Amino acid sequence: MSVETLATQMKAGLDAPICLTWELTYACNLQCVHCLSSSGQRDPRELTTAEAMAVLDELKALQVFYINIGGGEPMVRRDFFDLVEYSVGNGIGVKFSTNGAFIDAEKARRLAAMDYVDIQLSVDGADAATNDAVRGEGSFATATRAMDHLAEAGFGPFKISVVATRQNVPQLDAFKALADRYGAQLRLTRLRPSGRAVDTWDQLHPTQAQQREIYHWLLAHGDNVLTGDSFFHLNALGDEALPGLNLCGAGRVVCLIDPVGDVYACPFVIHDEFLAGNVRNPGGFTEVWKRSDLFRSLREPQSAGACASCGSFDACQGGCMAAKFFTGLPLDGPDPECVSGHGDAGLAAAAAVPVTLKPRPAQDHTKPARTPAPV
Amino acid sequence: MSTELIAHPLLSAALELHPQVALRPEPFGALAYHYGNRRLVFLKHADVVTVAKALADHPTLAVTLRACGIAERRWPSFAGAFQSLLQSDVVRERRP
Repeated sequence: MSVETLATQMKAGLDAPICLTWELTYACNLQCVHCLSSSGQRDPRELTTAEAMAVLDELKALQVFYINIGGGEPMVRRDFFDLVEYSVGNGIGVKFSTNGAFIDAEKARRLAAMDYVDIQLSVDGADAATNDAVRGEGSFATATRAMDHLAEAGFGPFKISVVATRQNVPQLDAFKALADRYGAQLRLTRLRPSGRAVDTWDQLHPTQAQQREIYHWLLAHGDNVLTGDSFFHLNALGDEALPGLNLCGAGRVVCLIDPVGDVYACPFVIHDEFLAGNVRNPGGFTEVWKRSDLFRSLREPQSAGACASCGSFDACQGGCMAAKFFTGLPLDGPDPECVSGHGDAGLAAAAAVPVTLKPRPAQDHTKPARTPAPV
Repeated sequence: MSTELIAHPLLSAALELHPQVALRPEPFGALAYHYGNRRLVFLKHADVVTVAKALADHPTLAVTLRACGIAERRWPSFAGAFQSLLQSDVVRERRP
């Protein structure tokens, strides 16, 4: 079967997700300005340990081979290790994203002793100044301390996960050097205007010149740098495609379970329009994946819309649904970061729309601003 | 058919599914996940899946193909497919 027909099969949806992200909690010690889930405070409706384990039982039956756990900061949950151990014990590998604040020497040793656990440490700058501007004061030191603990514990090759921004694209080589220094693998993903990034994307997203830089840099590094297949919109920049499936997997091979059990089409579309159901409802996650109206419609052939007449459509697939949605662009048209500039007119038109009429994330768990104590 | 292709060395090899690999049926064939190297591999035809599962029950790949009712004219492409599955550790050579 050719790659083309495989992509067609993928677009029609798989029997179970390949890439399932599960945000275990909205609680977080950080408040990154681009957080895709607007995390901060714990949601009181969070799934209990028993409910989470029931979801894991379903995933085992569906033969989901591994899950991507995130948050919030997933290690905030008191049952974090219980859930990871239960998952791994059921043949479901775990890759979890963390800011590293809770990885001390003892936890690092505990993690190093576990099979089928991968760790992604998030940093968004190769130095403290660049990183902390986005992730908060002291967060770079926190992340590198966790890396030191993992290295000392002999965890092996963990991952360093970077969201590409206008401020850190000049540091791509420095990120690679940081990863190499730890024997780690670098993961670079695309910034989406999701969560709190709805309000910061304008300042953070890479320029067109930087997009070209990212494309050529990724081509030069091939499979050695992971991307979560998130840069496929850049494939319109040349004849050579970046490694990956080159398609939007939302509801087809990808989905998100949020901390309260809501199932969304992908991690970047926490909004009612992309809410497929809840794992607490009858039939659980399986019913949502196999039969929800939303996921079934996403598996239908999608219209290329305004992109149909563009010679690059086969290469870029019109880009990312989430990026279009949260910038107010039509879903069947160009990506806001279309490398040919076809998203510019739509962005300009959307800029004229009052902010109150623009799509906002369905959940906001940002902590309330602290008011200074009276003197 | 060229005898060179039918004489693909892998046809006489004793193979088995790698013990750390799990197969998940999909409309196009199956997904193979290797718990050791954590790679996903697509088995893009239902017949490849059938053969992969039957490997351990037969002395060689050729005998497996015959037992699974695969026409000889398709053996070269199966040999190629299993060569690449061998490289990605989805299958391995069986030790006697």
